[in-house]
Parts: sequence; C-alpha cells; structure tokens
Amino acid sequence: MNALSRRQFLVAGGALVVGIAMPGAPPVAAAAPTLPVPNPSQLDAWLAVLPDGSVQAFFGKMDMGHGIEVAIAQIVAEELDVDIDRVTVVMGDTARTPNQGGASGSTGISNGARPLRNAAAEARRLLVEAAARELGVQPSRLAVSQGVVHVVDQPARALTYAALIGGRKFNAPVEWNKSVGNFMDVKVKAQPKPRSAYRVVGQSLPRRDLSGKVFGTRDFVTDLRIPGMLHARMIRPPKAGLVVGRVDAEALRAKYPAVQVVHEKDFVAVVAPKEWTAVKAARALTVDWVKGPPQAAWPGHDGLHERIRKSPVLRREEAVKQGDVEVAFAKAARIVEAEYEWPLQSHACMGPACAVADVQADRATVWTGSQKPHSVRDGVAKLLGLPVDAVHAIWVMGPGSYGRNDAGDAAMDAVWLSKTLGKPVRVQGMRHDGTAWDPKGPACVHRARAALDAQGNVLAWDFTARGLSRVNVSFNESDPRDTLAGQSLGLPLNADLGLGAPSESYGFANKRLAWEVVAPLQQRYSPLRTSHLRDPLGPEVHFGSEQFIDELAFATGADPVAFRLKHLTAPRDIAVVKAAAEKCGWTPRAKTAARSHAKGAVLQGRGIAYATRSGTVVAVVVDVEVTPSTGRVWARRVTVAHDCGLVVNPRGLVQTVEGNVIHGLSRGLFEEVRFDADTVQSVDWASYPILEMQDAPEAIDVVLLDSAQAEPSGAGEPTIRCVPAALANAFFDATGLRMRRAPLSPERVKAALKKAGFR
Amino acid sequence: MPKINFTLDGRSVSVEAEDDQPLLYLLRDELGLNNPHFGCGLAQCGACTVHLDGEPLRSCVAMAPMIEGRTVTTLRGLGTPEAPHPLQQAYVDEQVPQCGYCVNGWIMTAAALLKKNPQATDAELRAGLAGLKCRCGTHASILRAIKRAQSRLA
Repeated sequence: MNALSRRQFLVAGGALVVGIAMPGAPPVAAAAPTLPVPNPSQLDAWLAVLPDGSVQAFFGKMDMGHGIEVAIAQIVAEELDVDIDRVTVVMGDTARTPNQGGASGSTGISNGARPLRNAAAEARRLLVEAAARELGVQPSRLAVSQGVVHVVDQPARALTYAALIGGRKFNAPVEWNKSVGNFMDVKVKAQPKPRSAYRVVGQSLPRRDLSGKVFGTRDFVTDLRIPGMLHARMIRPPKAGLVVGRVDAEALRAKYPAVQVVHEKDFVAVVAPKEWTAVKAARALTVDWVKGPPQAAWPGHDGLHERIRKSPVLRREEAVKQGDVEVAFAKAARIVEAEYEWPLQSHACMGPACAVADVQADRATVWTGSQKPHSVRDGVAKLLGLPVDAVHAIWVMGPGSYGRNDAGDAAMDAVWLSKTLGKPVRVQGMRHDGTAWDPKGPACVHRARAALDAQGNVLAWDFTARGLSRVNVSFNESDPRDTLAGQSLGLPLNADLGLGAPSESYGFANKRLAWEVVAPLQQRYSPLRTSHLRDPLGPEVHFGSEQFIDELAFATGADPVAFRLKHLTAPRDIAVVKAAAEKCGWTPRAKTAARSHAKGAVLQGRGIAYATRSGTVVAVVVDVEVTPSTGRVWARRVTVAHDCGLVVNPRGLVQTVEGNVIHGLSRGLFEEVRFDADTVQSVDWASYPILEMQDAPEAIDVVLLDSAQAEPSGAGEPTIRCVPAALANAFFDATGLRMRRAPLSPERVKAALKKAGFR
Repeated sequence: MPKINFTLDGRSVSVEAEDDQPLLYLLRDELGLNNPHFGCGLAQCGACTVHLDGEPLRSCVAMAPMIEGRTVTTLRGLGTPEAPHPLQQAYVDEQVPQCGYCVNGWIMTAAALLKKNPQATDAELRAGLAGLKCRCGTHASILRAIKRAQSRLA
C-alpha cells in the first residue's frame, strides 16, 4: 500500500468496517444507530492483525502535522517485531479508537504511545505463546522477525502472525486504568523491550502522509463532499453586544431562490446547494442587529492591559510557593521590578474551520478538523440530546490546529444546521470568521520583582501573571455551552477561570509564582472569548519571567547564561542551557555594549531564555539584527537545545522544534489582536500579520539531548515558550532597551528606538 | 449561464460559470478539484494558487470568465508521484509539510519563480515568496526544499 492509499484508508475509516471509500467520499454511515465504542480493557481496542499479517494500531490521540503518526508506528513495529511498512495507525475516528484525549498538551507520544507500546508487547507475547503451542516448543526457544515467529536456529519451523491471528480477534484482556483522556493507560503481562534493544525507535524514518499533501491528492476536511450536501455560512454579529432583531429571509430568497435561512435566537446561517451561492447570500442577507443586554465597552487593544490591571481578581493561585517572600522583601537592600504585557492572539489557522455533518433522527455523523474528535462526539451528543454511541465523529485533517481553534465551533454549527434542515450540511467560515471569531490566546500583564541583599544576592523572586482566563471557553468542545452554536442558541455559560505560571527550576530560597484571572471583556457569544492557543500561557508568562531573569542578571552585573547556571537546580535544565550556549558560541556579557546611533546602522544582539514543560527542558538562543529606521527585528539565527527524554524520530523532532521557533517568532514579533470599543479590527492577514518568509531565520540549529533513561516527554509546544523572551533579551543586547510589551512589532520597535535617539 | 472553455491540467474542459464567480469556486465546486484551497478569499495567503498560462494566480480573487481559452495548471497537474516536479520531490525529500494546507501556494509560486530564475539567491527567494503564509512555521524546511530543487534543476 503506498502512502497515498494508506492515507485514504485511514481517513476513510478502515476497510474492514465500512469498505474503502472513494477518494474524497466519506465512509458509509453505520446502519445501526449504536456505534462501537472501543473498550480499552480489550487488547483488540488497541491492535488488529489483518489477514495479510499487516497491523493496525488504534491511536486515540492525533497527528496534527508534526508527523507523530510515523513515530507511533515505529513504537508499535518495534514491540511487535514487524516491518514498519506493515503498520497502519488509525486515528481520529471515535468508533475505532479509544478516547485518549486527542491532541492535547504535547502528549501524543509521552502519554499516547504508552498503552500502544504495552498492547503491542502483549500482542507479541500472546502470539509467541500461541506459536509455542502449535510448534510444540517452549516460548523461550522462539524469536520473532518481521512478523514471523520461528524456532531459534531453525528458521524453517515458523508461523507468521497472519497464520496465527490474521483477521481474528485476540479476545484478550488488558488492565485499563479506567482513565479516559490524556492519562488512559493499560498494564499487561508482557514486558516491553528495553531501550538497548531498540532498532526502529530512534531512527529518522520518513513520514507516510506527505505524498498526498505534495501532489494535491489528499483530501482535507474542506474537501469532503456528500451526495445532497448543502453549503452553509454562519452570520455573526458585526459588533460587540448586538443581538439579532429581524432577519430578512424573504428579500434574500427573492434574490437567491435556492437559499434557505436558518434563524433561531442569535444563531443565523444561510444555506445553499452551491458554496459560491452561500458566500454571496451571506453577504446579501440583511439582519437588523439590536442592542443586547447592557455591557461595558471594550477597552480597545491599547487600553486592554490597564483594564486587566484594574479589574478585580476572580481567582488567584500560587503555583509555586517556597520560603517567605514577604519577609525577604522586607529585608531587601534593593528591589528590582518590572511589568510585562502580552496581547490577545489568534490561532489564525491557514483556513477558517470547516465541518460536515449528517444528522438523522436517531444518529449523527460529523467530519471535523478538530484535534479532539472524541470531544466533538460528546459535544454533539449533548447538543442533539443523543446518546454518545449514536454519534460518530471522524477527524479529517483541517487547515491547521494549534489548540482550541474554530474547528469545534464549525462542528456544532454544521450539526445544528443538518438537524434543522434534515440534510447533510458543510459549513466553512470566511477569513474573518477564522481570525476575528476563533477563541483567542489570553492577554495578560505580568508583575515580576526580586529582592536583593547588599551584595546583589537574590533573596526572593516573586512573579504574578494576571490576565483573561485560558478557559473562558473550554479547551475542548465536549460541552456545547463552550461553542458559538451553544452560546448563540442561548445555552447558559460554562466559563471557567484559569491561567498559568512560569515553569523553571531556579533555586531562590524564597519564591512565589502565582496567577490571577480577571473577568472576560464580554460574557457570552464573543469574538474575544479566550481559550487554549499553542502552549497555553507558555509564551505569555515566560516572555515576562525569562526577560526578568535577564534583567536580574544585568542588574547584578552577571552574564545571563552564567546567572542561569548559577541558580538552576535541575541537572537537565543546567544541561540544556550549557548545550545551547556551547552550540551558539556564547560570549559572556554582563552589560550591553555601546551601540551606534548612526543612521543606517544595523544593531546586533543575542539573548537566551529557558523553560521546562511537563518533563521537557528547552533553552533557546536568538541572534537578532535590529534596523532602527524600519523597526525590523530579524531573528537571523536561532539555537535550540532540547531534552524531551527518549527521542523516537530525531528528524521529525527537529522539524517540530523548527515549527515552534517560527511560530514563536511570529507571535513575539507580529501578532496582536486589535479591537476598539465594540469591533474586532484584526480580521484577515493584512490586519493580523504573521511572520513571512522575509523574516524567517537564516539558520535554526537544534541540539537534541537524549537524557539517559528518561521516558519521552512532549515536543509540540515546549520550545515556543522560550522564543519570545529570548527574542526580547536579544533585542536588549542589541539596543540596551527593554521591550516589555509584546509583540516587538516594527511600529512599536521603531517608536521605541526613535525615542531613545536611534535613527 | 455562459459556458467557459479552458485547459485544466492538460485536458479541455467546458463548464458553466457565473460572471462574478471566482475561479477557485469553479475549480472546486463545478470541477471537483480539491487541491487549490480556500484560505482567505483576499489574495493574502496563497493557498488557492494555480498557474494561468504558467504564471501564478490567486484563484480566490480571479473571476472565472478571465480564463476563457487559457491554460490552468494546478498542483495536481504540476507533477505526479510517478513524474514529480523537482519541487514536489524536494518537498518529500525535505519532509516539509506539517498540516499541509499551505503547500499548494508555496510550490506553485516557487515553481513559477524558479522557471524564470532557476538560480535565484536566498534574498530573491525570500522576496519572491512574500505574501505566502504558513501557520505551522515550516519556512526553514521550505527554503531547504527550494534550494534542493535548485540544485536538481542546475
């Protein structure tokens, strides 16, 4: 099976169950309203050996583009002793995969592969035992090679996996920990291989999903077509606080007879047989918007941080608390303090989200780009009042995914429209639906301070992140109250309060790392609702904390690398800082050099930042060139030292880290959601610029530290949290100026440098 | 509705089109072609790029009637797994795509750029690729792939 047909096989939901679909066509919906919900207590929920001996691994997490599909296949192939080309990874289909939580928190390999590794080891053990019985030898006399169990030294006395089990079920139990989501795991009798025996894990094997993307033959969720399917566009309020008054459906139908308008409370959509008709109808529809319940005006993006400072704190948590910070500050000879500001940011995926739904009286099928298809299933079941096993959610790659983007909203919209109209419906946003209406990464203000004694030793370190909630709408769509469909249909709010604190191992005796959440700018159905965006709160808080560590180093006359090495306590943390410094050829600097203020000068600087995330440790060094006349900051070279424990596929890991670097530079240099008192102004790529090729680094050097026996931890997000701070620290090194508000956009940088006398 | 006739990936097609219909919707909805993607509808991202008589065109803003009698090539027509365009091969060799939604714009734009300037410098490549978006941040590997394709074309 070549890469393309494998992909279709996967997307189509599998030949054994529903038959291979035509390219682009969805699988035939199951005839019975009740769908199988895989039972994680059964080995068969995790693995299948097909009649030809090939293996299917059922993965309840996702590969959203980092290439972990091949890494999962490597892990399964390793434990089973089959060729990797014989392993297919099935994912994203709620009827075929256990609910391991989808893509979430960079746990695809760290958590996601664990039960599959155990299941594969158990399958191998059972197959060897079965072969031992058939061949009349002790299991210890058997070896497995390429899916063939044979007597050691007698290769002719052999049985293939195909002969032993092909096409049949194991019917064997595994010990499920009863956890659903990220921590789902199973225990088995078999002992997985020791790392020293790995032949496939650790190899840079190529991805299997690229051919279709490169030759234009692969279908995205936007490309699905179902017979009889209608096309929809959602109509959102143009300004904050407006609700739907009258909808002039008749005038629209006079112009576009084929168009239907769906209007229920604040849920408004146009639906047409052709997509282009739906686009035009959405533009032509007249809605009388009226003022809803009174609410405070938005503060505008320039007033946002003052609003956050002045708003009452609804929830405070101290994530780290050591010693007595207040006592230490009372004894301080000197206090260093600073505030940092981070804006609202958009997922701004390559395309606005799309979903296709086919809702029948007693069941529903939804094709979604959401990185959490099981959450879509659960949310749809609640929205429609159907049992969970009557809803089939099938993931098909969407136009990018970096957290709780607009995909979950599209799924609920499509389902509600299909239910209302009794036909399959495809809904896709226009660009403004994606940029203006996707859930935003929260804005925040960070207050950092340190108490020093007379000799410049740090007595206490105190950091408080205050901002909009990271879970104003939940990080998944398992509850329709967290979606635009639910909110526009008047479901009660489900907002939660949460933020985050720095993650590091500085050994200051008195230390407090806290967060505080303030109220959202608008209570419901808001384009400025906040949720999880890649590495939630990582880039945000470390932009403050890791800049402040730099400020402390300079305030005490220390080199930023030496200062970190002096205070870090965890050996792996020390190792990444050392590795990054060594790789880039760091020269110690205890103060910024004098900089030319001459016209046309290009200023150069270098900065470092480091952080940890769920077991992964990263240090990033950025070399910048700053052009005062234009305000351009070019991260010309970036060096990353990365330790995520066992490395399954080094090349895939390096490219994942590279993506983190560039996404992090984009967020640190360009991205800020702009809005005024009632309107979001960032609606497209002109009003929400991101990094383009001109500003991509010339080189990204990645050093992978493979910690001796550490289990694999995540890589999809840890690097990005270091990038904006390293960038700002490099900017300081280049200019002697601190940029304490992100992004370091050309206009902001130009203004700051002009004020400081640069030309 | 008037019919328009043009050549699409080497075959002649004749299809009804509305006067105000962007080529993208014609290709996708009337001709069932999936690889040009809707990204913005504003010519700001490149995901819908095709070649019109060999020149890159943002099909989301080009009105269908303008292609009458002309030749449209899509990513699918640029090369196949059996006979790949050097950029497509380089994309696979360098393992470029992450989500893959933007691939169309980069390959189609770079293919036209390299046809005119096979030995474009790093600076020329960066300038020539301005305006294209990639949200997964694969820019470093995109540049590696284009340079790899250049060495193959040399």
